Amino acid sequence: MTNKEIISSENLVYAKPELMNDNTMHYCPGCSHGVVHKLVAEVIAEMEMTEKTIGISPVGCAVFAYKYIDIDWQEAAHGRAPALATACKRLWPDRLVFTYQGDGDLACIGTGETIHALNRGENITMIFINNAIYGMTGGQMAPTTLIGQKTATCPYGRDVHLHGYPLKITEIAAMLDGTAYVTRQSVQNVAAIKKAKKAIRHAFENSMQGKGSNLIEIVSTCSSGWKLSPEKANKWMEENMFAYYPMGDLKDVK
Amino acid sequence: MTNENDILLLKGNEAIAHAAIRCGCDGYFGYPITPQSEVLETLAELKPWETTGMVVVQAESEVASINMLYGGGGTGKKVMTSSSSPGVALMQEGIAYMAGAEVPGLIVNVQRGGPGLGTIQPSQSDYNQATRGGGNGDYNIIVLAPNSVQEMADFVDLSFELAFKYRIPAMILSDGVIGQMMEKVVLPPYKPRRTEEEIGRDCPWASNGIGLKKRGSQCITSLELDPAIMEKRNLHLQEKYRQIQENEVRYQTSQTEDAEYLIVAFGSAARISQKAIEIARARGEKVGLFRPITLWPFPQKEIREYAERVKGILVVEINAGQMVYDVKYCVEGKIPVRQFGRLGGIVPDPDEILNALDELKKQS
Ligand SMILES: Cc1ncc(C[n+]2csc(CCOP(=O)(O)OP(=O)(O)O)c2C)c(N)n1
Repeated sequence: MTNKEIISSENLVYAKPELMNDNTMHYCPGCSHGVVHKLVAEVIAEMEMTEKTIGISPVGCAVFAYKYIDIDWQEAAHGRAPALATACKRLWPDRLVFTYQGDGDLACIGTGETIHALNRGENITMIFINNAIYGMTGGQMAPTTLIGQKTATCPYGRDVHLHGYPLKITEIAAMLDGTAYVTRQSVQNVAAIKKAKKAIRHAFENSMQGKGSNLIEIVSTCSSGWKLSPEKANKWMEENMFAYYPMGDLKDVK
Repeated sequence: MTNENDILLLKGNEAIAHAAIRCGCDGYFGYPITPQSEVLETLAELKPWETTGMVVVQAESEVASINMLYGGGGTGKKVMTSSSSPGVALMQEGIAYMAGAEVPGLIVNVQRGGPGLGTIQPSQSDYNQATRGGGNGDYNIIVLAPNSVQEMADFVDLSFELAFKYRIPAMILSDGVIGQMMEKVVLPPYKPRRTEEEIGRDCPWASNGIGLKKRGSQCITSLELDPAIMEKRNLHLQEKYRQIQENEVRYQTSQTEDAEYLIVAFGSAARISQKAIEIARARGEKVGLFRPITLWPFPQKEIREYAERVKGILVVEINAGQMVYDVKYCVEGKIPVRQFGRLGGIVPDPDEILNALDELKKQS
């Protein structure tokens, strides 16, 4: 086969999503953010919602999500993305509205906005990147940091007597009557990526059908914050994070 | 022509709610706090979502309210919130984001006394916070100070007009007196909410997906990490503020033509000062009233001119002395400037103002 034949469209098995642009990403090698960005971009295009989507980016590593996915965005204050999304969806009911937030953003400083938007049953989706650390500010303890895990602000390991317990906000979300679909996913291998994409599609469709609010937690890696190679970070995640944050749907209202 | 339904006896807070529905407001987001809760209560009672389609949301906090405003305004919709001093203190981060990202929106502050939880009685002690930005960074917002229930109603539409014209948050800085008192009010005529097409035409900067494939994606944000670009953005804001200062100053005068002494007061303090100058005039004293309607932009040029004409200025405000610094800045020490105010939720009476005026006269 010649190169020309190889790159012909019939042989295409993988392509850059049409909504992802060529801006150089600031994410570290091995970070889960890039993969999740790609899935979000693919689902929006597949649903043909490009001109009818409003994404809300957080304060955290994903603050610049708007530089990479070519849809309309709003960049929220730290933790307040669900409040912006609430207004956008209420004012534009035919728009696909989602937030994209880290654990510090969604489960710490913005816990109030998260719980209340979910509990009101706002027809939005929250994509929640749980990497058990504050990535952007340089690896401090997050509400989701595991017991014993070392970070810049718990250098001797998270101690429940000093720091309390890792917060399972997704379990809380599943208890709220306003939520339609609550799930926990990951993106460390092809099988997981396929499942995560399905979950995003399901959540986005729910929100367009007025079924209520949707939360997709994606248990993620932060190689830089964890001070591990991308490969070791994936392994650490599977061995440590999955035990505390088990995979799968917590709630799926038909 | 107004019809009977357009003239009502209303509290200032109720007038705000009626005016919002009538001037085509798309959404209200608020959290209860005395003395302004009637705004949300009236909207809930009037159910505008069934008539004009206006959205009304009781938020979980003022932090959420202002961020709903930021989100809604960023899509090009006419959105508003209302609160009182402690709640507005909580909103400052969101207001700074709106200023930085150039998002229009209306914030109503029906002030009460502070600091902290303070009192539920009226005050004007958020003047500095409102006119100096209040949050982080170099910014201003447009601040309108109504002195009647009629102006509460009228300033809603005006605020939206200015907010969208300049892509800036606008504030109605009222107080517990104006919010709670009842007066006859002629409500503004109904204006339809803007259609999607109109928003697309009027707000090409908005993040709502309209025309995205043609114009490319855009983001409402206050963030920029490149200092050279960030300085330019700040200079752009400063230039916009300069234009607003040049074009949008509003004020009212009463009996200032032959005045030897001038009272400068805004909002409810101006209502009381009006009574004081009437008493003074009856005694044959040549006293006039200057009422800034826009507190930012402040009527600097006008005050400067009065400083050349009158013997002294008394600033009356229901706080410990805030607007007085704006007046002194304009007067540049040319004539004596005194301040009179009551604190803790106490509203001054005209006699006290006249006593303060006598003190001023002794000084000059
Ligand atoms: C009000 C406010 N407080 C603190 C910060 C500093 N800050 C920026 S990002 C961040 C943590 C983000 O962590 P997370 O949400 O877990 O996202 P990640 O960076 O790990 O993706 C903090 C504390 C801020 N920008 N604003």
